[in-house]
Amino acid sequence: MLPLTVGLTHYVVLSALLFAIGLFGVLSKRNAVAVLICIELMLNAVNINLIAFSKYITPTLFIGQLFAVFVITVAAAEVGVGLAIIIAIYRNRLSVNLDDFDWLKW
Amino acid sequence: MVEFALYNAWLVPLLPALAFLAIIFLTRPWPMLSALVAVGGIVASFVVSALVAYGVFTNPEFLEKPLVYAVRWFSMPGLNVDVGIQVDPVSAMMIFMVTMVASLIFIYAIGYMKGDPGFSVFFSYVSLFAASMLLLALSSNLVEMFVAWELVGLCSYLLIGFYSYKISAREAAKKAFITCRVADFGLLLGLLALQIVFGTLNLVELSDKVAHYEKYTTFGVLTLIAVLVFIGPIGKSGQFPLHVWLPDAMEGPTPVSALIHAATMVVAGVYLVARTVFIFAKVPAAMELVAVVGAFTALFAATIAVTQREIKRILAYSTVSQIGYMMLGLGVGSMTAGLFHMWTHAFFKALMFLAAGSVLHALHHKADIWEMGGLIRKMPVTGWTFVVGGLAIAGIPPFAGFWSKDEILVAALESGHYVLFVMAAFTAFLTAFYMWRLIFLTFFGEENPANHPHESPPVMTVPLVILAFLSAVGGLVGTPWAPVWSQWIFFEHPHHVEPNYWVMIGSVVLAAAGIYLAYQLYVVDKAKVKVKELAERYRHIYTILYNKYYIDEIYLWFNHTIIDGAAKLIYLFDIYIIDGVIVNGLAYLTGLSGESLRVLNTGRLQNYALVFFLGVLALVVLLAFTGPSSASLTLGGVK
Repeated sequence: MLPLTVGLTHYVVLSALLFAIGLFGVLSKRNAVAVLICIELMLNAVNINLIAFSKYITPTLFIGQLFAVFVITVAAAEVGVGLAIIIAIYRNRLSVNLDDFDWLKW
Repeated sequence: MVEFALYNAWLVPLLPALAFLAIIFLTRPWPMLSALVAVGGIVASFVVSALVAYGVFTNPEFLEKPLVYAVRWFSMPGLNVDVGIQVDPVSAMMIFMVTMVASLIFIYAIGYMKGDPGFSVFFSYVSLFAASMLLLALSSNLVEMFVAWELVGLCSYLLIGFYSYKISAREAAKKAFITCRVADFGLLLGLLALQIVFGTLNLVELSDKVAHYEKYTTFGVLTLIAVLVFIGPIGKSGQFPLHVWLPDAMEGPTPVSALIHAATMVVAGVYLVARTVFIFAKVPAAMELVAVVGAFTALFAATIAVTQREIKRILAYSTVSQIGYMMLGLGVGSMTAGLFHMWTHAFFKALMFLAAGSVLHALHHKADIWEMGGLIRKMPVTGWTFVVGGLAIAGIPPFAGFWSKDEILVAALESGHYVLFVMAAFTAFLTAFYMWRLIFLTFFGEENPANHPHESPPVMTVPLVILAFLSAVGGLVGTPWAPVWSQWIFFEHPHHVEPNYWVMIGSVVLAAAGIYLAYQLYVVDKAKVKVKELAERYRHIYTILYNKYYIDEIYLWFNHTIIDGAAKLIYLFDIYIIDGVIVNGLAYLTGLSGESLRVLNTGRLQNYALVFFLGVLALVVLLAFTGPSSASLTLGGVK
């Protein structure tokens, strides 16, 4: 069995994969809730990135971790607002399909 | 007293100006009080002027050095403008003459304007008019003078258009104002050029600097300046070709015509030339121009006056003609003669206009002289004073006009302007003829039974009598044997004229011939057969003269075809190029770009997110392949 040492590269690859999956979801999903979840995915990919770099480059400082905490907090708030908007739209339109929501051009 | 007046000469324009303000803001509801304020203002101003004149003309120091006091109005680097008073023999004579004539006209106006709804307003305007003219006369620098000059123009506009319910009055007011504006443009350019070249507009400093103009500029520039400055007087003094406004100016009330023609407006141009004569003296070509314009205008206007029928119109053309004489006097190098004629002309022209006003007053504004006749029996004072004015303007000794006209003729002859001399002499003949034609037709001969004339009240006739007295003796200050005038009013050195008996006899003979001809044609020949015959035989000339050489029509034609044609072209340019190509074209382009770009605006969030992502991707690729330094160059990023 190969000695498996987990390095910076693995974290970055994981982060990139998660980010790409999230991005794909944001661009392709029709359901607004799914889009919101995908956005969360992208944010968490970024969090992994931040913590990994912090850990491997400046291990004594906790800048990345601190940043990640902030991102989590803000993401929680953002999801709250996002879900509220989706519910409000749903009440008006009885739909959460993003294809129906093209009023931003007005 | 005299000392006080000399050092407080600013009171002279200030008092009528205060009267103007007092009438406008306080006494307007009470007509008689307003008239009293106006008359009080101008008479007080006359008293101060008389004291100033006494102080100046008893003290020969003023010949060497004028008394100037001024305060700084505004200054910036290279431009200092003062407002000040310059007291010297010329300005002292001018304010004395203006206040004297204006006082009499104001008093006369109390009678003439009686019952007019705009009585108070009229007196406020004439007060401002007099104040402006007095400021112009006393100005110590040309900016101040220009301000007063424009004020005079404004007041003339207000007063000519005083009967604003008449379309003709409104049109005449506009005509006067616009014609003068055309001329003032030239004057303004001249003043600007003076300021740029010499760095000052102060009269005293300017005359010192112009005396050595070689240090500042070339002869050509100075010639240009002189010509530009002279354009102003051409307009204001009604010289050819900008004389057209002056005959129409009689649309105003008659006292205003008298003010404009005698004391406060048209002589402003003559006065300006006299004030800036040091420029003209350096430029012989400009002097020639002044003389030629003057002589031509004198003859030109006199020929028109011969055929006119309205009493005030004849007087108006005679003013144009007489101002031409003054310009001729200035142009042939005799400021003395030019201003002397201005002095005598003020008296007899004010007299004749006021007497004409008295006639119109009596005949209820029937102005055609052919419908008058025999008025002297019913209106003896008006009639005989007019006769005195007629003798004065015709140049019969010892009346005022003889002395001044004679001096101009002598000056023209002595300076070698023989052609101009002949023109002026012929004009003298015509002047006597048309003026006595007017007098014979109006005051003598058969009475017209349709008229019921009556003599005017004393408030109108007393000023007439005083003016008649002045017209009779006003010229005695400048006879060739006792040349008081030329000792005081001159440029550079006294211009002493030896009595030239040939010119004197000649001018008297011409004047007498003119009067005799008028007598033969209009009194002896009762049925006026000869006149009609003459008019019939020389029908073409008569028509041209009667229509004033069609100058107005030429201007109208010019206006309608050239100006309006050009305007039409420019209008088309505006419609099709400015509006069409530029304004509408730009709007169309903007609309088109919006129209083509709106398909990008899908309103779908995910499209936008994709574009956003692709943009970021493009940036990353750019950074990856070109390196940070060149990428920041392309994108204009920070260091």
